[in-house]
Amino acid sequence: MKHLLSAGDLSRDEANLILDTAEEMRSLADRPIKKLPALRGRTVVNLFFEDSTRTRISFEAAAKRLSADVINFSAKGSSVSKGESLKDTALTLQAMGADGVVCRHGSSGAPHLLAKSGWMTGSVVNAGDGTHEHPTQALLDAFTMRRHLGSLDGRRITIVGDVLHSRVARSNVLLLSTLGAEVTVVAPPTLLPVDMTSWPCATSYDLDGALAKTDAVMMLRVQRERMNDAFFPSAREYTRRYGLDRYRMAQLPDEAIVLHPGPMNRGMEISADVADSTRSVIVEQVTNGVAIRMAVLYLLLSGSNEEEQTA
Amino acid sequence: MSSYLITGASIVGGEVADLLIDNGEIVAVGTDLAAPEGTTTVDAQGLIALPGLVDLHTHLREPGREDAETVLTGTRAAAKGGFTAVFAMANTDPVADTAGVVEQVWRLGRDAGYADVYPIGAVTVGRKGTQLAELGAMADSAARVRVFSDDGDCVWDAALMRRALEYVKAFDGVIAQHAQEPRLTQGAQMNEGALSGVLGLTGWPSVAEEAIIARDILLNAHVGSKLHICHLSTRGSVEIVRAAKRRGLEVTAEVTPHHLLLTEDLAASYNPVYKVNPPLRTKDDVEAVREGLADGTIDIVATDHAPHPVEDKDCEWSAAAFGMTGLETALSVVQHSMIDTKLLTWADVADRMSYRPASIGQISEHGRPLEAGVPANVVLYDPRVERTVVPEESVSLSRNTPFEGMTLPGKVVATFLRGTPVVLDGELTR
Repeated sequence: MKHLLSAGDLSRDEANLILDTAEEMRSLADRPIKKLPALRGRTVVNLFFEDSTRTRISFEAAAKRLSADVINFSAKGSSVSKGESLKDTALTLQAMGADGVVCRHGSSGAPHLLAKSGWMTGSVVNAGDGTHEHPTQALLDAFTMRRHLGSLDGRRITIVGDVLHSRVARSNVLLLSTLGAEVTVVAPPTLLPVDMTSWPCATSYDLDGALAKTDAVMMLRVQRERMNDAFFPSAREYTRRYGLDRYRMAQLPDEAIVLHPGPMNRGMEISADVADSTRSVIVEQVTNGVAIRMAVLYLLLSGSNEEEQTA
Repeated sequence: MSSYLITGASIVGGEVADLLIDNGEIVAVGTDLAAPEGTTTVDAQGLIALPGLVDLHTHLREPGREDAETVLTGTRAAAKGGFTAVFAMANTDPVADTAGVVEQVWRLGRDAGYADVYPIGAVTVGRKGTQLAELGAMADSAARVRVFSDDGDCVWDAALMRRALEYVKAFDGVIAQHAQEPRLTQGAQMNEGALSGVLGLTGWPSVAEEAIIARDILLNAHVGSKLHICHLSTRGSVEIVRAAKRRGLEVTAEVTPHHLLLTEDLAASYNPVYKVNPPLRTKDDVEAVREGLADGTIDIVATDHAPHPVEDKDCEWSAAAFGMTGLETALSVVQHSMIDTKLLTWADVADRMSYRPASIGQISEHGRPLEAGVPANVVLYDPRVERTVVPEESVSLSRNTPFEGMTLPGKVVATFLRGTPVVLDGELTR
């Protein structure tokens, strides 16, 4: 693995390797000294074209715990119209000797372009691109589920919400199906892509019908502003039909867990009592995010280190 | 003016004959022609002679975006591609919505001298879709505009479109519609379908094109004017136009070379050189537009040559400009997708790329059969060679060809504009 651009690029073995490595990384969190020397002397750039404090600090913590040098590069705005182009930014990072670039961008495919354009030679990690993918989020979700449910083979996972605009949903559907889970996405028809025939998942418009057969339910953030584009009539109606409240949660099997990638709209897609319930693993997802990102950075960057030493 | 004797050319792919050009006209077509003294002989053994091609849809970018293309560089590219006439789209800066701007473009074309430039006038002021531009003034200007288009944007307001169609009847004009329902395509980036959902790029659904085409055909039937559909790209559009023509309704339509050959799969590279409006569609759509062009549902091929500077394409997909260059590759793409597949003959190509675009654009100096007494606008084309498309070899100012690296058949060997060779031995003569 040179880059992590799409969860769909991961084979089952590769995905399991990342999850297993993250398990080791996570055990580190319980030790008094949380640092490994694995990436000493390596430079990781967090290249964030969109505001995302939680994802950035998660990557930053991960890289620092592996002893990498971390540079945070916040470059809001897109190319051409405002400021420096993606290309010039990439050339700058290349000139500075970035070994790994963690890229968050509002335009789908921007990390793909960074990796394939020849502008830079470092490894690229997609930290969320437009409405395309967010592979490390899917990995940390799978990691969290695995810790609670064991193997995901045959596990029934329901993803609820704005699938059309969700990079989290895309990456999760791809990764979870690779890991053997049976995925169902639930949303109003307006918030599903018009043609999902190639997606390895089932689709439903009926949340109540899906919950009883669910081992893990993932609630996606839904922006209230979507109602202005007629994706749904009102926030209240959305909540009534697709929000997870304690009555709906009661339909879940006993061992089932509730996930949310954050940030939550409490009272919109998830009620406060569900978010704070014992079934909720939402805070744990954040902890696991650091372990997953450590595993990804370690696997992408320490490998190239060895290659250079043997060369 | 010098005279030229073209020997041994296959006339629009048929009989082999000589062409004698003198004083800007074809003076004789036949064998064993007696050439006057001082005549230059051009050996055209194995080459096909076609009437000079006419492109009803070219973006020359001047005035305003001279960093992307100028009338001079764009017409050089046209000549290199075998075009002797191009219709320059109105989306310049300032917009070609007044007699002053269209006359400027027209004059720049005359000065350049590589291909005749016929300006297209905007339908609405500033192409903003709210108020009719002074269409009559453009029609009466030295540029003699007959084709009007807000291309790049759709004349989406049905009442305004109706009035535009009605109004141009006074001077036998035609409205060339960029069929794109704006509300259905807000933020659209690529064809809407299974792939757009996977790539996370906002979809541009076929229905946004088809709904406008259907509406405009009905509007035009109601007012009895002339409607032309720009860059038709979907199977549904072909079916709507086919049904309309069967019912005897007036409409003409064009397809671009890139929609005859390329499919949406290329967007999976996130390389914005494949970003174009309307977007590349599916294999099924490509088959449909080929069938439509073959059976005459689609009247013409038009390039929608849309040059852009490097920085507008060397960036992330959503920030990139829409459009592809096409003048220099059009004939090769048509040979590849229509001739080599036996869907068209060379005589059909002369019809789709010269006679009919000239007829829709209402120009008489181009699009004439190769016979004595017509202006000597002639292309010599070698269908036997192959070439790999290299953007840096283009004579356009821009490099955004989607055919980079592809091997395509054929090459324009010579282009004569009113008897003057502007391309000879495959190269521009000046």
